[in-house]
Amino acid sequence: MGETMREEHSTYILAIETSCDETAVAIIKDGTEVIANVVASQIKSHQRFGGVVPEVASRHHVEQITYVLEQALTEATMTIEEIDAIAVTEGPGLVGALLVGVSAAKALAFAHQKPLIGVHHIAGHIYANRLQEEFSFPLLALVVSGGHTELILMNEHGSFEVIGETRDDAAGEAYDKVARTMHLPYPGGPEVDRLAHLGQDTLQFPRVWLEEDSLDFSFSGLKSAVINKLHNADQQGLILKKEDIAASFQASVVEVLTEKTYRAANQNRVKQVIVAGGVAANKGLRTALAERFDQTDIQLSIPPFALCTDNAAMIGAAAMVAYQKGNRADWAMNANPGLDLEAYGRR
Amino acid sequence: MTILAIDTSNEMMGLALYHDQKIIAEYVSSNKNQHSTRLMPAINQIMADAHLKPKELTKIVVAKGPGSYTGVRIGLSVAKTMAWSLQIPIVGLSSLQALAYSAKPYQTMICPFFDARRGLVYTGLYNQHGKVVMTDQNLLMTDWLAQLKKDEQKCVFISPDIAVYQEQIIEVLGDQALFADSGFNYARPSMLAFAGADMGAQSVHELVPNYIRLVEAEVKWLEARRNQGNA
Ligand SMILES: [Zn+2]
Repeated sequence: MGETMREEHSTYILAIETSCDETAVAIIKDGTEVIANVVASQIKSHQRFGGVVPEVASRHHVEQITYVLEQALTEATMTIEEIDAIAVTEGPGLVGALLVGVSAAKALAFAHQKPLIGVHHIAGHIYANRLQEEFSFPLLALVVSGGHTELILMNEHGSFEVIGETRDDAAGEAYDKVARTMHLPYPGGPEVDRLAHLGQDTLQFPRVWLEEDSLDFSFSGLKSAVINKLHNADQQGLILKKEDIAASFQASVVEVLTEKTYRAANQNRVKQVIVAGGVAANKGLRTALAERFDQTDIQLSIPPFALCTDNAAMIGAAAMVAYQKGNRADWAMNANPGLDLEAYGRR
Repeated sequence: MTILAIDTSNEMMGLALYHDQKIIAEYVSSNKNQHSTRLMPAINQIMADAHLKPKELTKIVVAKGPGSYTGVRIGLSVAKTMAWSLQIPIVGLSSLQALAYSAKPYQTMICPFFDARRGLVYTGLYNQHGKVVMTDQNLLMTDWLAQLKKDEQKCVFISPDIAVYQEQIIEVLGDQALFADSGFNYARPSMLAFAGADMGAQSVHELVPNYIRLVEAEVKWLEARRNQGNA
């Protein structure tokens, strides 16, 4: 069946992603079409620890990797022989977790003598959107996740300029810490989002804008303000409504993210704004951005929920650009937990 | 039968190619923290030297630990993915057993071990044919030597970390302890290949590392659950 389905002039990339707590394999056609997309989540295992334990994550990856590879090929009704290249997340991420994917990708590429491509995880998050619609350059990407809060300008495929980034905590990290202080179940981000919609912004937490023309972010002050407020209320025997705390915190985060994204988009006269990363699934952020860009000529794109969180489809989409540029990794390729996005784009 | 044997479970990286009941290539290199960058280039080189293509392999044998967690995972990720995608059988062998095979000529009990720091070792007991007598464990060398002393059997100690414990072993066991010549104190990938040649295949999906130790966070979690249960 696989034989007949494969289109001769198309490029099929098998991509592997193991940078954190999802073991994922996908098969992508021409960088734009999902043929198979399998994600084995470890959330249940890490829940008992209240966060991702790197050694536990690495152990799960090695237990799951061949199952997930097999499921992806089955879903695609393809054989490895029909794949044109093997791609893998090279970094950033947890080094022990990345190593499982990198080792598996190298073994697969070697066993079947296929080209090997290393992919930057954040490039992947941005390219998730290309599985939905084509890019219009210049383009601005707001990448928000547990590890990242960045504004990235792209003038063409495969080129990345970081024009704003967090100086301390990532937005997702602030969400997780606030959730933990509120004793919400792990993972806390989605729970804060859910509660925020049931409450009001009554507590008026600070909005941190930094210098007047800065596109950078800072969330650690806000996080501390929330934690202090909770502790003080505790000591005074006051009971704050959980919903209001969540709503007030979220209002501050969302306002800063939305405003800076809007400013950066106008300054750089971009045609399209892409929101990427796990926090792009946040309803409050989606709504605020949609309202802010509603009356503009700028196209706002947010991938569907399943493509916002970590997956391998996005890695396969980003890999297509590297493949076309002729970027090939050799057998000595390593996991690189500190891989730089701009340097990756200059390859 | 054409076998590729892989051992990255400890500091020595070892590779061997076995073809028609003979070793046709073997590569061993001390390789601290470089398994990730050096394993695939070495596999590529050893296969090219032997004029073998990946598709000509008929079996993979891999050392599955104990040892460095990361090292074990690199070896298993490569071995499992190759075996699965080439659809050939895989055998995972204890890294201690692989080490024990080096001491078969001694005709006594064999005690292979790896230093696990703070007085702890990974160790087990094997007979002169390299078969398991006491399964692999992680314990204090002091406790392990006390157990062996009670057994009163002669035993040859073999380990890349022999220098760390030799004095202590002699002190407790005296004549009961034998020591291999220095050249035998590391796992030979050729022995791994020979051992794996005779063994039945395991399920590639179910083959997992032999860490012996739980993750620290899991130990604490289990402890907390146990305390809750008692309260
Ligand atoms: Zn991510």
